[in-house]
Amino acid sequence: MGSEQNKHLNVPFDREEAIKLKAGDYVYLSGTIYTARDAAHKRMYEALQEKGELPFDLQNNVIYYMGPSPAREGRPIGSAGPTTASRMDKYTPALLDLGLRGMIGKGKRNAAVVDAIIKNRAVYFAAVGGAGALLSRSIVSSETIAFDDLGTEAIRRLEIRDFPVVVVIDSEGNNLYETAILQFGLIDKVNSTLP
Amino acid sequence: MRTIAVDVITENIKEMCIEANHFLPEDMRQALDSATQSEQSPLGRQILEQLQENLRIAGKDMIPICQDTGMAVIFIEVGQDVHFEGGSLEEAIHEGVRRGYVEGYLRKSVVSDPLIRENTRDNTPAIIHYQIKPGDQVKIIVAPKGFGSENMSRVFMLKPADGIEGVKNAILTAVRDAGPNACPPMVIGVGIGGTFEKCAIMAKQALAREAGVHSSIPYVKEMEDEMLAAINGSGIGPGGLGGTTTALAVNINTYPTHIAGLPVAVNICCHVNRHAVRVL
Repeated sequence: MGSEQNKHLNVPFDREEAIKLKAGDYVYLSGTIYTARDAAHKRMYEALQEKGELPFDLQNNVIYYMGPSPAREGRPIGSAGPTTASRMDKYTPALLDLGLRGMIGKGKRNAAVVDAIIKNRAVYFAAVGGAGALLSRSIVSSETIAFDDLGTEAIRRLEIRDFPVVVVIDSEGNNLYETAILQFGLIDKVNSTLP
Repeated sequence: MRTIAVDVITENIKEMCIEANHFLPEDMRQALDSATQSEQSPLGRQILEQLQENLRIAGKDMIPICQDTGMAVIFIEVGQDVHFEGGSLEEAIHEGVRRGYVEGYLRKSVVSDPLIRENTRDNTPAIIHYQIKPGDQVKIIVAPKGFGSENMSRVFMLKPADGIEGVKNAILTAVRDAGPNACPPMVIGVGIGGTFEKCAIMAKQALAREAGVHSSIPYVKEMEDEMLAAINGSGIGPGGLGGTTTALAVNINTYPTHIAGLPVAVNICCHVNRHAVRVL
């Protein structure tokens, strides 16, 4: 599983590039990505249902689940680490079906998202949670492009350079969270009889 | 009787919000440092090194350690010989949080209503826990709490017959379910006993305990050691990407409870276990 070699990839990227990525790969992303988290996803989903359109074209693009802290003067952004991806699971399959190629977040995804990743040949990356100061250094510029009233939850277009991520779920559905635990776990399974 | 102006409380809380979000306490830094030495997974070690580098950048460039600068949880122990003047103590605390988050470039993550969800734009209100103590001092703990880990926290109303095995199982269940979502390596605060709300508050207080300090009750200390080893044997690892460092500390507080009950609360915190402490 995964070469664990460092790779460099420009974003946006297409289906063929996605297929080359394997769970466990350490990848430096450069190019343009978009931020969206809870409230922006809810609005995008509603906009799709009502008007059938979104604030930006999803085709081959990557969404970063992130709401930054405010930028100090002269800086593009404040602290900028990933938020928990599973809260976006409800909305994600519809976005993948519209061409979304990748997501950057942290934490587990549900089965419907994994199925949609496989079906659309997409990829789910994790960035290191709680490393927002470090990750902000890979963000060159930031511009709010929609839902400005949402504050930190607005949709932003980010230019990134060598932004470090790990492939967690690849286009075949291999899931590093599941395999890595087995590799380092000393106990077979935590026995649970609790609800 | 000692008189303290509420403005002094506001100023201290403001500074503590900014301090806590940029500088981790020394005990947490050391815990991360020794974890980096002992971690078995190469990727896990790389992540722990990034977390240390993140702390250096946060302090040097004044960028919050994590963009989730949390909901401000305040524990305030007030000496019963203290008299506050110049306005409402509670409003002074909220004002301190407001100024800290607005002036300190911290993220505003609080919505005014849990279902209508409109951002208050100044991170107020805070969550305040008061205690009245003997004496004429005021001790303040400011512990900004991120919700990636807060969302994975649990309360279990166990039966007395579930016993210590039931408690251990509850802790491991909460940690296993949290997995990568809670930004491991985590710190685990546990409250056992009391009532539904008492155990949850104890679990939160346990997070502010210095890493490496154990319960003074021998069997509880033993359980802390055993749970830390079991959690680090889960394989979850730094970032949930596999490894031998899943938790940096397990801190357990206990309290008397009812003949019919065994409440257990597990409050999970990420490695950014922030708390600033001051005694006035």
